[in-house]
Amino acid sequence: MIPVNLLRRLPIIVTASLVVLLYLAGNSRYYGFNDPQVLLNLFIDNAFLLLVAVGMTFVILTGGIDLSVGAVAGFTTMFCAWLIALHGWPAPPVMLLALVVGTTGGFLMGCAIHYLGLQPFIVTLAGLFLFRGLAFVLSTDSVSIQNDFLTNIAQTRIPILGYRLSVGAVLALAAVAVAAVVLRYTRFGRNVYAVGGNEQSALLMGLPVARTKIGVYTLSGFTASLAGLAYLFYTQSGDAVIGIGLELDAIAVVVIGGTLLTGGTGNVLGTLLGVLVLGLVKTIISFEGTLSSWWTKIFVGSLLLAFILLQRFIRFRFRAPGEVV
Amino acid sequence: MTKMLERKPATVLKEAVANRRALIRHRLFWPVVALVVLLATTPGIYRIGIRGGHLYGSIIDILLYGSPLLLVALGMTLVIATGGIDLSVGAVIAIAGAVACTQIASGIPFVVAVTTALVIAIVLGLWNGTLVALLGIQPIVATLILMVAGRGIAQLITSGQIVTINSEAYKFISGFWLGLPFSIIVVAIVIAATASVTRGTALGLLIESVGGNAEASRLVGIRARQLKIMAYAFCGLCAGIAGLMISSNISAADSNNAGLWIELDAILAVVIGGTSLLGGRFSLAGTVIGALIIQTLTTTIYTLGVPPQTTLVVKALVVIAVFLLQAPRWREARS
Repeated sequence: MIPVNLLRRLPIIVTASLVVLLYLAGNSRYYGFNDPQVLLNLFIDNAFLLLVAVGMTFVILTGGIDLSVGAVAGFTTMFCAWLIALHGWPAPPVMLLALVVGTTGGFLMGCAIHYLGLQPFIVTLAGLFLFRGLAFVLSTDSVSIQNDFLTNIAQTRIPILGYRLSVGAVLALAAVAVAAVVLRYTRFGRNVYAVGGNEQSALLMGLPVARTKIGVYTLSGFTASLAGLAYLFYTQSGDAVIGIGLELDAIAVVVIGGTLLTGGTGNVLGTLLGVLVLGLVKTIISFEGTLSSWWTKIFVGSLLLAFILLQRFIRFRFRAPGEVV
Repeated sequence: MTKMLERKPATVLKEAVANRRALIRHRLFWPVVALVVLLATTPGIYRIGIRGGHLYGSIIDILLYGSPLLLVALGMTLVIATGGIDLSVGAVIAIAGAVACTQIASGIPFVVAVTTALVIAIVLGLWNGTLVALLGIQPIVATLILMVAGRGIAQLITSGQIVTINSEAYKFISGFWLGLPFSIIVVAIVIAATASVTRGTALGLLIESVGGNAEASRLVGIRARQLKIMAYAFCGLCAGIAGLMISSNISAADSNNAGLWIELDAILAVVIGGTSLLGGRFSLAGTVIGALIIQTLTTTIYTLGVPPQTTLVVKALVVIAVFLLQAPRWREARS
């Protein structure tokens, strides 16, 4: 008999062990893998995924889903590149404006979901088409940016114990920290869990369901456009095809991180671990050299299956007497 | 006849108004209006001619290039009717094309290659169905697994290459037969067969019952699980045929791009056609109209000379408009 508390934390324990195992396996197999910079590069190379996944965690915790995040991130890079490189606008206000646009997009989707009673899946799908389409309308080609302010940010390396992190990675880690605090210690965070646990009960308890639901999609729009900025720092160019399939990766890492897709259970630290698993798999495949990139997809798919089955098992152990799962 | 004459003009008028209201209230009214308006704005839509022994024209183009979408949307309709969803159709399309093309490229006979591809597509559908019906995993999540891993598997089959083939028999799948595009004939047969099997027998009703309440259906003796698995297998088969059409059209298997985003288009087609995403009812005619709307939109944008990249924006706006009209709370407010 496994204690209930342990069982509840099982997915996150499995994910954490997986991170350690993958890291040790990489260490024992490849020369140069033990350089701490390899670990930090995980954050640098996956900063945008981590940012998107933080917002996605909030959405999934309420029992929703957001398919528009990849498109919002792609649009953000294109929007910035278009205004900065092709119209000569100064970088800082453009970046702020891009954040406002992405956040507003998320807010509007949240409103449509709550007030019109439409399914999150469909509303954010329309959002995906809209933002991806708008990015393509701005330009179908990749637009590179020559801008001192942006180059400065892109080249800035923040030293950590003699090693380096990029601005995007620091942003992403800060987002994880803030999200963890918000979820655990603020009223909004507790409401997110309550709405995800049972929306009807939350409503009857007098919790602000409308504000919470619209809030998580707004937040997801914000983190998605922030991810777009992180991409911009990473590549210094805007491209309408950036972030295609990013929403799938984000959903996958959230699930691998132990958040239940039915909502109500999970946390953002698990999501961080999920991103590390995905990052380590990619790093190992690139260190191996002979393995082709499609193995990443197959591996992530298998992991997703394993974790979903694990979630079923836990749900089964937790069922109320007579409940059908 | 005499009764007709006896009626007062006021009653006739009232009935006419009531009929018109019923027409507008009919769930296929707005989709049909949208389709007609779209078709009317396509330049040269009425020109249909015969060239080189077969039909050509904008309508034929719409049907020809819309065939894979029509098929996938048809399979998706039954899955959605059971209260599910299948995100993996694009990946199944890629896998079916990859299997067929690599086999033909290595000299295996056409019939064997096509059969294997379709059997594998059905097996993939059964896999989705098993995860959903037997293990009770949410459909979005269960099919997400294959959606993520599927393109990787297709690339594994083709070793990451675009496999080009030179097979007259395979080319025929997207060719012409009796003056008509062969794929249109296939789609017509599949639609007719599906319609007669689901609506000619109680099967359609049983599927709707499972979608309405799977547990209650099981308790009254309907084999809910088997029906669900069957719906996913059928959807897999439809995606498999669509995969053959798409790869035949370019005589190659492109694991990265074949059927990319078709799951989204198919779901939109189904929902535009009035099938509720919650399950419990479906309309095959609605799905056909929905798929034609989406395909016409794409074709019209190309023929109008509007930059093709605006397709997504236009599609998004149409989708938003349709969903606003169909939104449950909006409808409640009006009635």
